[in-house]
Amino acid sequence: MSNTLKIAALAGAVTAALAAHSTTATAAEQEKCYGVSLAGENDCKAGAGTTCAGTSTVDYQGNAWTLVEAGTCAEMELPGDRMGSLEPLDRDLPQM
Amino acid sequence: MSVDQSGFHDALLDAERPVPKGLTDGHGRPAGKRFDIYRNNVAVSLTEALELSFPCVRRLIGEENFKRVAGVFLRRHPPRTPMLMQYGADFPTFLEGFEPLSHLGYLPDVARLEQALRLSYHAADAAPADAEQLARIPPEALADTRMELAPAVRLVRSNWPVHAIWAFNMEDGPKPQPDAQDVLITRPALDPLMTVTGAGTAEFVAALINGETLGTAHQRTTGAAADFDLAPALSLLLGGSAISKIQPAGDISCNA
Repeated sequence: MSNTLKIAALAGAVTAALAAHSTTATAAEQEKCYGVSLAGENDCKAGAGTTCAGTSTVDYQGNAWTLVEAGTCAEMELPGDRMGSLEPLDRDLPQM
Repeated sequence: MSVDQSGFHDALLDAERPVPKGLTDGHGRPAGKRFDIYRNNVAVSLTEALELSFPCVRRLIGEENFKRVAGVFLRRHPPRTPMLMQYGADFPTFLEGFEPLSHLGYLPDVARLEQALRLSYHAADAAPADAEQLARIPPEALADTRMELAPAVRLVRSNWPVHAIWAFNMEDGPKPQPDAQDVLITRPALDPLMTVTGAGTAEFVAALINGETLGTAHQRTTGAAADFDLAPALSLLLGGSAISKIQPAGDISCNA
């Protein structure tokens, strides 16, 4: 391939990739949402040596999180006037 | 008299060895069975760590077999760091040389994939590079541009259908077909994401990881896989937030 052709091939591919990227960029972003998961159904797949998925012991446990669609967490209304939160909460913690 | 570290360490990993001399129970009496309990706990906790970290390997060989294999592994490869989340880095290579499982040729690559997923999960965060930056690079300068990939990006190349085997066992995927599979792991949000790529894309990503320029990486890849299409490969990287830095030619910082 000549140099000019190589340049055109690279530039064409970059343009196509950018076009595809701009249409998908807004899709399916997620955020950690605290205080919304049922007991034993919190997320986190960190493997050994970390606090882990499915370890929450009470419903809507304040320091356990679940992945939800970005932007929806703080709007989540749950039974008993609870709301979801982007930060860990003090409510509904398991009894020590 | 007190116990030296290497004596303690050796006895910890070998249940046949006597309780190290000089080890006491806190009241001046020999530690006796207390040490047996302790060394059993060490083996059990490391086995559990491996079980959590390599669930697909465990599924493939069965729970009982996995426990036995883990028992051999943990004694040959005790942890080298105090971080349990990193334990098992040597497991794939160990499996490769483990005679009793040599009939499962794909097993080491499945372990490699699981290890890559863990490393990706725990890798440092990196803000993705602004894709618009690529658009601003003049066409003739693209060939000399380099791309730094995010720490969470991993590439697992296999002669086995490694992703299909994983998906069949872990996510009810279809029956694996006898193809070689290369898997690109990205982490666009919080969890690692696997994508089976063509051989070309894998070659291209490997070249970028090696620090090649876009031009060299592209040329090398088309030489190895004639049907390679650069646009989808770049889309995949951009979509996976896998590019952390775009360095046009002449940017001094690219050599730093």
